[in-house]
Amino acid sequence: MSGEPILDVREVTKAFGGILALNRVSLKVFPGEILGVIGPNGSGKTTLVNCITGFIRMTSGKVLFKGKDISRKPAHKIADLGLTRTFQIMRPYYSLPAYKNLVIPLFSPRARRTGGWRGGGKLGDRDTVGIDILEEIGFERDSFVPYKLASSLPTGYLKRLELARCLALKPQMIICDEVFSGLSMSEIASMVPIIERLRMDGITLLMIEHRLRELFRVANRVIVLNFGEKIMEGTPEQVMNDEKVKEAYFGSEEVEEVMKHA
Amino acid sequence: MEQKRKERLDRGIKVRSDTIYALMSVKEIAYLVLPRLVLICGLLIAPLVMPSMYWQRVISIVCIYCLLAISFDFLAHFVGLVSLGGAFFIGVGSYLAAILNTYWGLSPVLTIPLATIFGALICTILLLPCLPLRGVYFAIVTLMYPLALARIIEALDIFGGTDGIMGVTSFPGRWVELYFMVGMVLIFLFGMRRLVNEDIGLVFRAVKDNDQAVRASGMNVTFFKAIGVCIASAMGCLGGACLVHIYMWAGISQFALDFSILPIAATVIGGAGTLVGPVIGCIILVPISELLRTFGTLRIVFYSLILVGFIVFRSEGLMVYGQRKYHQFERWVRV
Repeated sequence: MSGEPILDVREVTKAFGGILALNRVSLKVFPGEILGVIGPNGSGKTTLVNCITGFIRMTSGKVLFKGKDISRKPAHKIADLGLTRTFQIMRPYYSLPAYKNLVIPLFSPRARRTGGWRGGGKLGDRDTVGIDILEEIGFERDSFVPYKLASSLPTGYLKRLELARCLALKPQMIICDEVFSGLSMSEIASMVPIIERLRMDGITLLMIEHRLRELFRVANRVIVLNFGEKIMEGTPEQVMNDEKVKEAYFGSEEVEEVMKHA
Repeated sequence: MEQKRKERLDRGIKVRSDTIYALMSVKEIAYLVLPRLVLICGLLIAPLVMPSMYWQRVISIVCIYCLLAISFDFLAHFVGLVSLGGAFFIGVGSYLAAILNTYWGLSPVLTIPLATIFGALICTILLLPCLPLRGVYFAIVTLMYPLALARIIEALDIFGGTDGIMGVTSFPGRWVELYFMVGMVLIFLFGMRRLVNEDIGLVFRAVKDNDQAVRASGMNVTFFKAIGVCIASAMGCLGGACLVHIYMWAGISQFALDFSILPIAATVIGGAGTLVGPVIGCIILVPISELLRTFGTLRIVFYSLILVGFIVFRSEGLMVYGQRKYHQFERWVRV
């Protein structure tokens, strides 16, 4: 990879009391690529996302987004710069219909500034933009699904709603925290093309995943975390064949299954 | 054994009048307009049919509690901040209006709007430190401020100390007073109902539902909470300013906890999260508390019994119950 990285994570460390959740993790994400982050349970993947996006303060280290230091910035400022995230445990606004969920990000300063959406002004405009985005992400426009309350939507649609909330901000980079987890095979099958289209639209992606097979299909590079440390970085093939990675995942059937298919 | 369960279905007229078809016939328009008209006309006629000046004064007081109750309902059920600060808002509003009126000699036409705006700003600034926190802290701080301010005024003997500020100008006449109060309640009631469905109102509701997602959407949660508090405290301060001009006196009893507690009780019996419910709750509770004065000290006992009765038998709130009966019919179906 060449050129300037869009996201540069330098030796990020996070300690919860005496436990090192992240120990000097560094990574670079380059514009237009999909970087996968994998690791066994408790290896610090979500903590890494929280540190990068400002939802928790890192103990030490530095994060540069587009060359700008964001390591001490609050979460909403980081989202405002164009680095958005999804939540592993979905966080929709349950009391609002699905399309009204998107009125909130469309009301944000960034969405109004970038203006690509017809965000400002007339009553109802944000509603139609919201439905447009939902259609893009796989809600059937003519059905009643976009109008249902978020509390009555199934997991698959809630994951899409998470992505849609990011897209409404017109981000340059999205960090996806396990968008495939909890989905059925057919739901994943319809999710993969959406991810690929996001990349074609020029959005850089950092994907945290447990579903290795689907991740390896879309990712350019993969980073492996174990016990808060980066143990491997490389292409999906290199990672799959690495001894240390096999050791970290020892006993995990999923890796063995992926290896068999590879 | 045969089991039955209650099934609820939306009435046909409710479904039709949700859309543009509401304009199809007089019946459907009436279905939408009548309940609102009953409330508006009821409030407008009430001052005319009251038997005495005493009961007309009660209507003014009801209106002040209505403003507080709408403000509580808005903060608690649309912004997600449980406020015990009714007394705080009333106190700040009333002292500001009294100071502006007696020290600078401004007329009520100026003191009421000024006390509303600056009172809201003062309340918001004082409450700002606890806005980034989630949980019970906001409730505690709003409860603490009126107690603290009353003791500060008492101890430092400022603003008239325990005697309060006397000689505040009254409203130009009792009809002006009554219809100003009723008008304000109607404006704020329908205004707030409108606001919570606008885009910014959706952001408030989103803050209540899930503040982390609002942060992830690039918006400052504390900022929106502050705007919410500012709107709610403006309503409270308006009530306080009017109260001062009604009683022609401002004193530390305006920091009394009645102003914090009664709006909450009204919200509970009226129906939380409906905005109209709290108004109806106040219309019921405040006159009851006046009627019970004949019982002397037993008043609180009866008052509590009535409250408990409402909570046990209609815990959802009158308005929620009424809306359900109005929009839906029920029938028993075999399981």
